[in-house]
Amino acid sequence: MDFKDSPEEAEFRAEANAFLSQHLQPKVANGIRPGNRDDFLKRAKDWQKIKAENRFAQITWPREIGGRGGSPMQQVIWNQEESKFDAPTAPFAIGLGMCVPTVIAFGSDEHKQRYVQKALFGEEIWCQLFSEPAAGSDVAGLKTKAVKDGDEWVINGQKVWTSGAHYSDYGIVLVRTDPDVPKHKGLTMFIIDMKQEGVEVRPIHQASGGKEFNEVYFTDVRIPDKDRLGEPGMGWKVALVTLMNERLAVGGSPGPDWAEIMDYARSSGSMTDAAFRAKLADWYVAAQGYKLTKFRTQTALSKGETPGPENSIGKVITANHLQDICNSAIEMQDHFGIISDKEHAPSDAIFQESFMWAPGLRIAGGTDEILKNIIAERVLGLPQDVRVDKDKAFSEF
Amino acid sequence: MNFDFSDDQKYLRDEARKFLEAQCTIAEVRKVLDDDTLGHNAEVWQKVVEMGWLGAAIPEEYGGLGLGMLELCVIAEELGRVLAPVPFSSSAYYFAEAVKLAGSEDQKTALLPGIADGSFIGCLATTEGPGAISESAIRAQFRDGKLTGTKLPVTDGDIATHAVVLAKDGGASCLVVVDLRQDGVSRKTLKTIEPTRGHAEIAFDAAPAELLSSGAGNGMVALDQILNRAAVLLAFEQLGGASRCLEMATEYAKERQAFGRPIGGNQAIKHKLADMYVKNEVARSNAYYGAWALSTNAAELPEAAAAARVAASEAYWYASKENIQTHGGMGFTWEVDCHLYYRRAKLLAVQAGSPAVWKEKLVTALEAKNAA
Repeated sequence: MDFKDSPEEAEFRAEANAFLSQHLQPKVANGIRPGNRDDFLKRAKDWQKIKAENRFAQITWPREIGGRGGSPMQQVIWNQEESKFDAPTAPFAIGLGMCVPTVIAFGSDEHKQRYVQKALFGEEIWCQLFSEPAAGSDVAGLKTKAVKDGDEWVINGQKVWTSGAHYSDYGIVLVRTDPDVPKHKGLTMFIIDMKQEGVEVRPIHQASGGKEFNEVYFTDVRIPDKDRLGEPGMGWKVALVTLMNERLAVGGSPGPDWAEIMDYARSSGSMTDAAFRAKLADWYVAAQGYKLTKFRTQTALSKGETPGPENSIGKVITANHLQDICNSAIEMQDHFGIISDKEHAPSDAIFQESFMWAPGLRIAGGTDEILKNIIAERVLGLPQDVRVDKDKAFSEF
Repeated sequence: MNFDFSDDQKYLRDEARKFLEAQCTIAEVRKVLDDDTLGHNAEVWQKVVEMGWLGAAIPEEYGGLGLGMLELCVIAEELGRVLAPVPFSSSAYYFAEAVKLAGSEDQKTALLPGIADGSFIGCLATTEGPGAISESAIRAQFRDGKLTGTKLPVTDGDIATHAVVLAKDGGASCLVVVDLRQDGVSRKTLKTIEPTRGHAEIAFDAAPAELLSSGAGNGMVALDQILNRAAVLLAFEQLGGASRCLEMATEYAKERQAFGRPIGGNQAIKHKLADMYVKNEVARSNAYYGAWALSTNAAELPEAAAAARVAASEAYWYASKENIQTHGGMGFTWEVDCHLYYRRAKLLAVQAGSPAVWKEKLVTALEAKNAA
């Protein structure tokens, strides 16, 4: 039992680190760099291109399509090393992690020729359009509809919580093509050009105050039938492949942890509070539980084995953990704790900022409740919830 | 990254599981539960002795197998799963680790072979009254080679042949080792919430005793180090029990019908069992880290052991109480086994210091580390 790299892993880590040092600066505090969004996008695209040219983008993809033909463990090592640097990677996470793999799995040769390399080299950005205002956890209940018109489909409806829609060139969109069959059987997946007429992207004003996500409206948007991914009515199966990749893409949650609240407690004289000390111990145990469970997953990857189901505990722990720590930090500051102005708020207001983010983290990428259902059903083998709409036509509801 | 047990260690775990499932059935545990005169199951104990596990982490020169702490960890998890009603932890974790850590060469030679071959049963006697152990609360006195005082409860004190005892030598705390079969030692069996493990009140009246060499003058410090080591092993026992509770609750939730379907189809049950799974995995990962620190004598042992113990105590508590709840009224009957885990969970949570004590130890360790 040890935490060391194998000789091959150490060699790859050194190679990755040398490459990263050559091109990027080490991460600055809080990871935030000044600059506007265009700057950020340009830097992200430039960095993606350099990675792809040197086969550090999509390490597990086969070499024929521009990957490295590497192992999942090498991808983990790359991610660990890249996260130590000021690397602008966010705009490509969803496209290369979820959308393009779906195109590779279900698209035509023409699609693959047209889209894969451009995405890999950072020339085009992709987004994923599944969630709707009335279809979140039960995404198969979505209402955006597509009607066949000759060689085209005409799309009308609304998507929501679409990360990066405002700077995306293409998306994969899941729509209802047959309302007269049960909900899972009437869906179809398409590739959509996000810059075309009838696609309107509006920012969502989040509860946290920011506007990082979007809603997307479709008004008589026309998609050629050749841009369909999978057969009509097979969309749910296609979506499951996309979502399977999501689990691999979702990482740790950023924000203050036990060490940050301990720093604050020390600076403010709260380390003498017995109740605080007991909570600090719990936070440490939870944070270690999350980190060490990832080590167990990496051990399986390192041995070339399939990781066990233990990695499913991640987001259930981290989102609540973050919310609890931020809540405690604010209460420790008493009335002063409401101040989110960095000029006054302790610790650069990280607790106040994350306090307002935490509710979203408990929902994004699977709510606490859905994640617990997944553990109960897929890991423990318990029965599925009652689904009264399962065998009835969607149009009946 | 190699944060897992080796194939050999996993093989040992599989073999231990097969052996214990066959030899230490719940019927064997219930023999001790249902007989007030028994503090352990002698037949099961004899078989465990014959497996040689007591010597797994005792060096060969002292009659052990000299395997290592990781091997002892995997055995501990299996003993915890089956609620083994035997004095294994008292002998192998507390007593043997105390002698290995604090004993002189002569003491190791005199005591460890007997522990390894089962001719001795060791125990650790620290507590005298309610509340966490502290220097000021020790009343037992060691003077001129004689020990006087009363310890209770002493786990496995009813059948042990030897004890390591926390006492005062003048003003300072110390650890002494006592042969319990001598004059000056009297024992009374105690009634506890966990009858499948024996507990005694032991009174020492000028009983001949010997200082553990490095325990002289700093008994609390030595005890702290011994408990750090025992805590990791206990965490594995707790993990074994908590895992078994999750299995029991899951099996029952799939079978038991209410309102026309299995109760495990309801989110109130599903989410409860998912929470149990999450706590158990947090406990497992922290226990593995403790095992790593223990087996490598890492500087991180204090916080690793404390985190392992806090996580395992919480996991077993939650799993054992919610296992009863999932079983409903059946779970509150003597005949259904849920209460056996509930009892054992609480014994193991307080035996080497309660969760509150270990949370405080953990934070103290984090403060010391970050001060540097």
